[in-house]
Amino acid sequence: MALIDLGKREIHCKIVYYGPGRCGKTTNLIYIHHAMTPKARGKMVTIDTKGDRTLFFDLLPLHLGSVRDFDIRIQLYTVPGQIMYEATRKLVLKGVDGIVFVADPLLVRRQRNKDSLAGLSNNLAELGVKLAEIPIVLQYNKRDLTESEIPTLGVSELSSDLNSELQAPEFTATATLGEGVFESLRAISKLTVHQVAEKNRLLD
Amino acid sequence: MASFILTPKKVNAVHELIDDKLIRAGVKKVMIIDEAGNIITECGHDPAITDPTALAALTAANFGATAQIARLIGEEDFTLLFHKGENSSMYFLRLDEELIMLSIFSDEVSLGLIRCRADELLTPVKNILKGSDNGIN
Ligand SMILES: Nc1nc2c(ncn2[C@@H]2O[C@H](COP(=O)(O)OP(=O)(O)OP(=O)(O)O)[C@@H](O)[C@H]2O)c(=O)[nH]1
Ligand SMILES: [Mg+2]
Repeated sequence: MALIDLGKREIHCKIVYYGPGRCGKTTNLIYIHHAMTPKARGKMVTIDTKGDRTLFFDLLPLHLGSVRDFDIRIQLYTVPGQIMYEATRKLVLKGVDGIVFVADPLLVRRQRNKDSLAGLSNNLAELGVKLAEIPIVLQYNKRDLTESEIPTLGVSELSSDLNSELQAPEFTATATLGEGVFESLRAISKLTVHQVAEKNRLLD
Repeated sequence: MASFILTPKKVNAVHELIDDKLIRAGVKKVMIIDEAGNIITECGHDPAITDPTALAALTAANFGATAQIARLIGEEDFTLLFHKGENSSMYFLRLDEELIMLSIFSDEVSLGLIRCRADELLTPVKNILKGSDNGIN
């Protein structure tokens, strides 16, 4: 649920990085955190389990400049991708305004991607939101692995698995190197702010 | 998803109520947040709080998790939570499905007083924030 503060001229939106376990959601936020100036971002909050698995969520607040005379403030969240954390994913989705779905190209994770997207659709429906109506972009991560010997899925396979119905903007990425990270972020921010502004007729 | 529209008129009215009932009674800081983790508005000052954004996000998540726990024992939700610290304690009250009010206070202020005052604020604050005046034509 976006917050529009007419006194302070601020729009606050919530963007959630969603996807199966280990697909690289937290890595996206870590890269963004490192790449942005301290002025443009707040502190990153991370609740880790043992090792690097997300237990609850990561949060990174961003200040993305202004549209007309509204300051745009975006909170990036990640969900925990591990299967057993369904209830937590639903919690983090509360009030979401936009989604980056991060897909894992490992062949062995093919079904996990599809299950995760189906889970997203169900969780949103339970919150009264239709997947088709919320701003979303797809990020095909770990493109560096396609050059290794590990069996991976091509972009067209991922696209037909995940995006044939949605028809959402797609981006390839190697989050560990930062490739495609800001392209995905820019696209989802634009779509999200646009939808919030349009719904509330702020930019007329 | 619907947006939450905050006008200066709403903010001022809520601040006046909270100042009167809680800040003047010695509460250090009061924040109203939504279930998405946004800070709707805040009153008072506590130098110990350096990252209110994280505080709001974690509070929303904590409340959500507690609601799940409630369901596991056959309750719909717990409408209030209390965390006791050595110097500062927190009192959380759910205002409605979307809004949570948290108060941070020292041990010089009694929990009973906070509970009483927060209960008195529940309906008026909710009505102001959820009122139809959204300032956009
Ligand atoms: N080779 C490669 N590895 C990546 C890439 N992005 C992330 N990883 C690695 O994948 C592992 C998991 O990344 P995370 O960002 O923690 O994954 P996550 O989606 O947050 O996982 P959960 O929190 O369990 O849901 C880490 O070891 C990352 O370094 C990438 O683009 N290429
Ligand atoms: Mg993670």
